[in-house]
Amino acid sequence: MDRLSTRFKGTKTYLTNAALEASVNCALVLEKPLLVRGEPGTGKTLLAEAIAEALDMELITWHIKSTSRAQDGLYVYDTVQRLYDSRFGEGNVHDIRNYIRLGPLGGAFTADKRKVLLIDEIDKADIEFPNDLLHELDRMQFKIIETNEEIKAKYRPVVIITSNAEKELGDAFLRRCVFHFIDFPDRELMERIVKVHHPDIDERLVNQAIETFYQIRAMQRMRKPPSTSELVDWIAVLKSAGVTNTQLDQNLPFLGTLLKKEQDLVTYADQLAGGRRWRS
Amino acid sequence: MFIPFIYELRERKVPVGTHEALSLARAMSYGLHRNSLDGFYYVARALIVHDERHLDAFDEAFLHHFKGIEIKSLELKDELLRWLQEAEKEFGDLTPEERELFEQFELDELRRLFEETMQEQTERHDGGDRWIGTRGRSAYGHGGVKRPGIRVGGPGKHRSAIQVADARQYRPYRSDLTIDVHQMGMALRRLRAFSREGTEEELDLDATINETAKNAGELEIVTRPPKRPNLRVILLMDVGGSMDPYAYLVSRLFTAAKRANHFRELRCYYFHNCTYGRVYGTERFDRPVYINDLLRECSRYYKLIMVGDALMAPYELLSQGGSITYNETNRVPGIGWLIILREHFLRSVWLNPEPQAYWGETTIGHIRNVFDMFPLTLDGLTDAMVCLSKGREKR
Repeated sequence: MDRLSTRFKGTKTYLTNAALEASVNCALVLEKPLLVRGEPGTGKTLLAEAIAEALDMELITWHIKSTSRAQDGLYVYDTVQRLYDSRFGEGNVHDIRNYIRLGPLGGAFTADKRKVLLIDEIDKADIEFPNDLLHELDRMQFKIIETNEEIKAKYRPVVIITSNAEKELGDAFLRRCVFHFIDFPDRELMERIVKVHHPDIDERLVNQAIETFYQIRAMQRMRKPPSTSELVDWIAVLKSAGVTNTQLDQNLPFLGTLLKKEQDLVTYADQLAGGRRWRS
Repeated sequence: MFIPFIYELRERKVPVGTHEALSLARAMSYGLHRNSLDGFYYVARALIVHDERHLDAFDEAFLHHFKGIEIKSLELKDELLRWLQEAEKEFGDLTPEERELFEQFELDELRRLFEETMQEQTERHDGGDRWIGTRGRSAYGHGGVKRPGIRVGGPGKHRSAIQVADARQYRPYRSDLTIDVHQMGMALRRLRAFSREGTEEELDLDATINETAKNAGELEIVTRPPKRPNLRVILLMDVGGSMDPYAYLVSRLFTAAKRANHFRELRCYYFHNCTYGRVYGTERFDRPVYINDLLRECSRYYKLIMVGDALMAPYELLSQGGSITYNETNRVPGIGWLIILREHFLRSVWLNPEPQAYWGETTIGHIRNVFDMFPLTLDGLTDAMVCLSKGREKR
């Protein structure tokens, strides 16, 4: 029963907290998919990589697009190739199995080791997409209709699903998942995160930059408040440009790395001016 | 121990059932909670809550159950509004003129103050020394009625689970509070319709294979028109006057609607308090458009979304010539125009930013008889979109 003893505690570069560890461990032990949500830029996708690294498993990533279908994750029956081959007499057309290609989910099921499967941005797909995967994720098995072959997971993969909440996920689907909402890091954790990314950086600059960053985030009516990844980028730019002063004022260097919407830049200027001019 | 907790959660509208309870029991039998309350908090949260919108209610239930303290903060908003309402009742014996004055200015002013305070207040506060609201002095100036203030304080440091729960940091994610552009956009996406129209420029693979097979293996290409969004929406917004406190909220809805790329057409118009013969293309009531013209241009399949607090003087809604705009003399009363709009369109809704507790009184009651009304919250917006796409439920 090694699944009971494996525990996730984060990695050198991925810092966690008690809540996240509890969620990941629940998912590991109960063998349920872990659904991760949170603001963009809080490291949802990185979490899967960290879990794979910490548990020493291979990571299989399935990036979901608006055109993705649940079926694609299981297997694809390449009819066009078969049709083409039959016309020109190539390949072994009589064996359908030659034209069945396993998708990421199918690949994880048939693997000889336990894998980490990341289903990235599940909300990008059609509304029905998660429901189509219900049974497969629950039982960890599916049937290839064309060959009447049953594919059953030898080792149940650790499934990590990320979502930006662009679409609602069905209740039935949610019930089968362990849910974790990645909080926005508090100052203390943020300092540690920045130090992980920039180990050799001036302490004073970091403190000042973080201070400014939280001040900007605290501003009201920002449409897209800057997030962790933006702060890390910003500090990288500051470092390489040799900037030492990041006081909150009108000429904050490289503001564009933090605020990416025109209205937010206006709001920023407004609030610095002590405004309340948004009403106009 | 935790079964009553499950019911506590259900009472607070966190959808939790046997499935979650069993998972939690299993997790505990594996010792995932490490025999501590903190551990239990995190494990329970991971397994029971499936949506960040319920995190705050979970925190609250946890606090209530495990700390045994009375939770008042959820009622904060209701309480405040009730208090405003009661203050209003105390002025029951004013002259009609005074009353109207009071309604037009003071209540709006108070609401605006209140809304601003609520927007700034993102956390639950226990104890403290700052008094917000009206600071206990009368804002009405009549009769010198004293009203209580509300005490709030600063947030605490989070250490234990109780403290984490007590910090109530998920309050902004509650779905029954107001919402941001992104969430509105998501709710608007519930409203969608597609159709295949136009030139045939997409390869229909299945049909091609079928036809090719029928054609003894000679390729037979079949094409079809691509799927395109086929949804036309009219957004009619009340601006000015009593809608001012909600200007920011409505502007977010406007942004979300403008940004939604699944509408084939979006028409936005403005009106003040009620629609009469025309609506306007701008917030400053320029570019008038006659409703009759609008109805001629737009088929009944357009979806009509009305946004407004539906609060006005009764004569504005019910009398001829009641229009608040001085150069308009309407022969059909406002409610008549509303009925004309409702009758023309197959599907229509009214979104109201006013708290639902106030519906039923005043002119809102009349307008609710005409339109299906939904609160302008995430839940309300979602319900409204369902109503627009699937038709109204039986009332």
